[in-house]
Amino acid sequence: MTFKQMFTSSVGKKLVMAFTGIFLVLFLVVHAGLNACIWAMDGGVMFNKAAHFMGSFVVPRILEIGLFLGIFLHIIQGYMLTLENRSKRKIGYEVNYSKGSKWYSRSMAILGTILLMFFIIHWKHFWIPSRITGVAEMDLGNGFIVHNLYAVMQDTFQNCWVVLFYVISCIALAYHLAHGFQSAFKTIGVHNKRYHAMISTLGYGFAIIIPLAFAMMPISFYLHWVN
Amino acid sequence: MSQNTMNLKVKVWRQRNANTAGAFVTYDVAGISDEMSFLEMLDILNEKLITEGGDPVAFDHDCREGICGMCSLYINGKPHGPWQANTTCQLHMRAFKDGETIVIEPWRANSFPIVKDLTVDRSAFDRIIQAGGYISVNTGNAVDGNSLPIEKQNADDAFAAAMCIGCGACVAACKNSSAMLFLSAKVSHLALLPQGAPERKSRVLNMVAQMDKEGFGSCTNTGACEATCPKEISIANIARLNKEYLGASLSAE
Repeated sequence: MTFKQMFTSSVGKKLVMAFTGIFLVLFLVVHAGLNACIWAMDGGVMFNKAAHFMGSFVVPRILEIGLFLGIFLHIIQGYMLTLENRSKRKIGYEVNYSKGSKWYSRSMAILGTILLMFFIIHWKHFWIPSRITGVAEMDLGNGFIVHNLYAVMQDTFQNCWVVLFYVISCIALAYHLAHGFQSAFKTIGVHNKRYHAMISTLGYGFAIIIPLAFAMMPISFYLHWVN
Repeated sequence: MSQNTMNLKVKVWRQRNANTAGAFVTYDVAGISDEMSFLEMLDILNEKLITEGGDPVAFDHDCREGICGMCSLYINGKPHGPWQANTTCQLHMRAFKDGETIVIEPWRANSFPIVKDLTVDRSAFDRIIQAGGYISVNTGNAVDGNSLPIEKQNADDAFAAAMCIGCGACVAACKNSSAMLFLSAKVSHLALLPQGAPERKSRVLNMVAQMDKEGFGSCTNTGACEATCPKEISIANIARLNKEYLGASLSAE
């Protein structure tokens, strides 16, 4: 038994999806937590400091490489599994069996594709300006100069179509998590009924709270709840 | 209780053999009692076809008691028809209404090639069992009953998993044509008992390898298999299989 054999079997491929999925779930907690600094009502000082810390400190920068690897592995493996699974039934049914499972459980690839489109646009809005093309700076005094990503957010979220797209993406994220969170733990082998019940509840809570927090960010800027 | 009779249309998948293309054919069946079983309704259709000089519809069946796992049929978009925890042979015509059109399809999966009409070849399941669904025991006299202590909960869970009749409804219901509910029932059944301990690791690795070789899809935990299983095998068995696989594949040489 090699690691290659382990991770390329039908169960192993799902283990890759589960481990990368759980890693991405952890990333969402960090991302939502840091972004929540926009609600500090201090003109973005706390938020820009937090963003500066993430961009300049070595540990988050190393984790960022892992994050990109995790995202790409999750996306590529997800598409490959979807295509492979679809090829297992060459002739489909006249009447499909839809009552036994939730629509979002059957639509993880479509929800994932919406999220992929979101990532591309989201990177273009924030990550690429911050890392590559450059953004306006903010002087926090004593020569402490940081990127003013808060201003970029303010500017980006004045467009109602961008806000709408972000909100739709957050809804897609919510349904993706509603299935993915508990499914990942089943895949890594949590079969104890007591723990599984706990994880399911936690998963649904997570799938509501995190996307809701993310969706409130563009809405807050668009409606000028934060300035 | 009075019997009601009904007239129905059945839209059946007809296919001469694995190498020819198939198509749906609609037949009228008249005077069906609501106390008949679904397979008896098909028997009546076949008698009519034979009398008329036609080719009867091929379908699998054996015990007609819901225990052998031989009957199949994907009826109106659900394996084994509309009732819960029920095999096709135990489905009765009172589940349908007079004048209704019933769509009957075979199990659809590349790993279950069609033999004829509604009959599919499920020998892939036999080969998965051969790959590890057994235990090693000494030959000779039978050991005394209860000589091996087994915790009640484990005995109950093993028994619940052993209820799997290997009909293949899980594969038919799954959007990925995955055999994981079947495999997990077989692995759980033996993993929960001391008799299954000697081959515990090789069993799960070999059975998963054989399942992949047979061309079944992978599990995405949608739960369609559990919802349609005539023996109500729990999807928790799949999580147990995953744990068995993770442990065995990490510790294997």
